[in-house]
Amino acid sequence: MSLMEILTIVVPSTLLWAAPLIFTALGGIFSERSGVVNIGLEGLMVIGAFSSIVFNLTFVDTFGSATPWIALLVAMAAGALFSMLHAVASITFRADHTVSGVAINLLAVGVCLFLVKQIYGKGETGIIREGFRKIDVPVLKDIPIIGEIFFQNTYWTSFVAIIAAIIGWYVVYKTPFGLRLRSVGEHPMAADTMGINVTKMRYLGVIISGALGGIGGAVYAQSITSNFSHATISGQGFMALAAMIFGKWHPLGALGAGIFFGFAQSISIIGSSLPFLKEIPNVYLLVAPYVLTILALTGFIGRADAPKASGTHYIKGTR
Amino acid sequence: MSKRLSSILTPIIAVLLGVIVGTIIMLASGYDPVAAYTALWNGAFGDIYYTGEVIRQVTPYILAGLAVAFAFRVGLFNIGVEGQFLVGWLAAVWVGVSFDLPRIIHLPLAIIASIVAGALWAFIPGLLKARFRVHEVIITIMMNYVALHISNYIIKNVITDHKDKTDMIKDSATLRSEWLQSLTDYSRLHWGILIAIVCCILMWFLLERTTRGFELRSVGFNQHAAHYAGMSVNKNIILSMVISGAFAGLAGAMEGLGTFGYATVNGGFTGVGFDGIAVALLGANTSLGVFFSAILFGALKVGALNMPLEAGVPNELVDIIIALIVFFVASSYIIRVFLDRFTKKGVK
Repeated sequence: MSLMEILTIVVPSTLLWAAPLIFTALGGIFSERSGVVNIGLEGLMVIGAFSSIVFNLTFVDTFGSATPWIALLVAMAAGALFSMLHAVASITFRADHTVSGVAINLLAVGVCLFLVKQIYGKGETGIIREGFRKIDVPVLKDIPIIGEIFFQNTYWTSFVAIIAAIIGWYVVYKTPFGLRLRSVGEHPMAADTMGINVTKMRYLGVIISGALGGIGGAVYAQSITSNFSHATISGQGFMALAAMIFGKWHPLGALGAGIFFGFAQSISIIGSSLPFLKEIPNVYLLVAPYVLTILALTGFIGRADAPKASGTHYIKGTR
Repeated sequence: MSKRLSSILTPIIAVLLGVIVGTIIMLASGYDPVAAYTALWNGAFGDIYYTGEVIRQVTPYILAGLAVAFAFRVGLFNIGVEGQFLVGWLAAVWVGVSFDLPRIIHLPLAIIASIVAGALWAFIPGLLKARFRVHEVIITIMMNYVALHISNYIIKNVITDHKDKTDMIKDSATLRSEWLQSLTDYSRLHWGILIAIVCCILMWFLLERTTRGFELRSVGFNQHAAHYAGMSVNKNIILSMVISGAFAGLAGAMEGLGTFGYATVNGGFTGVGFDGIAVALLGANTSLGVFFSAILFGALKVGALNMPLEAGVPNELVDIIIALIVFFVASSYIIRVFLDRFTKKGVK
């Protein structure tokens, strides 16, 4: 097997697995940059996966091949709506952010499986007919070598994810909104003094994270699993959390980390068909994202520091 | 309102709110809540067999709850109970299948193995927290996944030859008892419940009646004050994680040596560790509170299995209620505000 052949298998697969991680990690960045820790990413992905699959199964006859894209929007709305629970608890009710996130995760799985049983009368949904399919990107696919590796047999969602990360970077670092978001997460009292509405910014941060988490779940469900059951999202949200930290709370960092973790995941699945890699026990690839995140946090791979005020409540008038 | 009364009322109100919202969900989706709750009660206490199963379920819940609660009291959030639980389970079963010893040595050895494994798994985040000031929540989450994948690997490739399940542990390492099983119409009740109760007393004694416990609690209240008073904050942080992990590993032994008698390859988490967070929170992180809330959650979990049979309600409803209880306990600030308003009515 030549290097070229290996690359044409590995690269599209990496991008496929990376897309949901990138979306969800971006979501995590918006929430944490505003100062709200969001362990609930996993639950938000569950909500996204569930709502997209149900919408897809119900409306596939009406919308045809556009269904997965519309389902993506539905999942975005559902995720945003669900994340409001986290926002209300952790901002207005002053709940511990981590505890509220745990509740969100438990609640999402419970609610979605309950509804699946109620709607379909069994523990999992059927397989969707219209998912995200492999495509060749027009024009770009004809570039020699690069076209063959990056733009053939790939998925639109991977490119949307990369573009979303670039937009995320622009919004967080180059717009007034992003500056306010970051200032609220670093030093809410100073931000408040400058006339920024801390509560509003934090609500927005959490809701954006819900929307992106929902998209992440929908992308995963519609391009990888094709149905919804209790095992559809198992740890993807926490891996996205890891990607966010490994990317040092920066959208482009999260993009890189998402692609790297996507690589580790896809290799652990397709590795057995590749030379060299089949010698490595699967377990190393499976634990790599988590071990690397621990090392990054510890400072062995460049120190990663969370936004200063993340996890704290801002109570007006206290010092 | 006195602080003591409100700290007892808050969890009760949270449970009530959870049940009320659960009822609303059932009404909205066209189920009969009365039938559902009756089925829930019958599924937990309607038959001696079910009661035995409830106690069986309560056992790991108590220990997982103690694990979370112990770390909380020292100001740490051990979300990694699930991972420590898995390595404890694995270690206990590993010792259980590989040796042939008299029961008086074999059983304690297997239990100690689970404690050591859980404690070691929690020692890493404790050390990183003390040495590098890394937030324990993230590290323990990552350690959960490392534990899951590594224990799957060990079961598949080291203990067995590419099988998904280990052999049954030797009879000399089991916690099961014919007598307890025959008492409860052959449920899977085992001796572990005694260990769990002893651990409740142990944690209370350690925290409330020893110097070490006073230090641990001081670090939980205010690290700087504790440091100023000459206590070693780092040492106490590591110690609390190690003890917390020991409880969690022991919870794994309950499943490995008692309930199941073997270890399997897991596709995902068992959920015991996360339910332990719910148990600890509802129990206000005290050992007595953990004991009672473990009974509540154990009864809910076991009773739920009867709901689809008797009332046609999906058992996930109970998961929703548990999640809501956690949500409302977390939001206890707002419950307290309402309680204060209620009692001060007219005074203003």
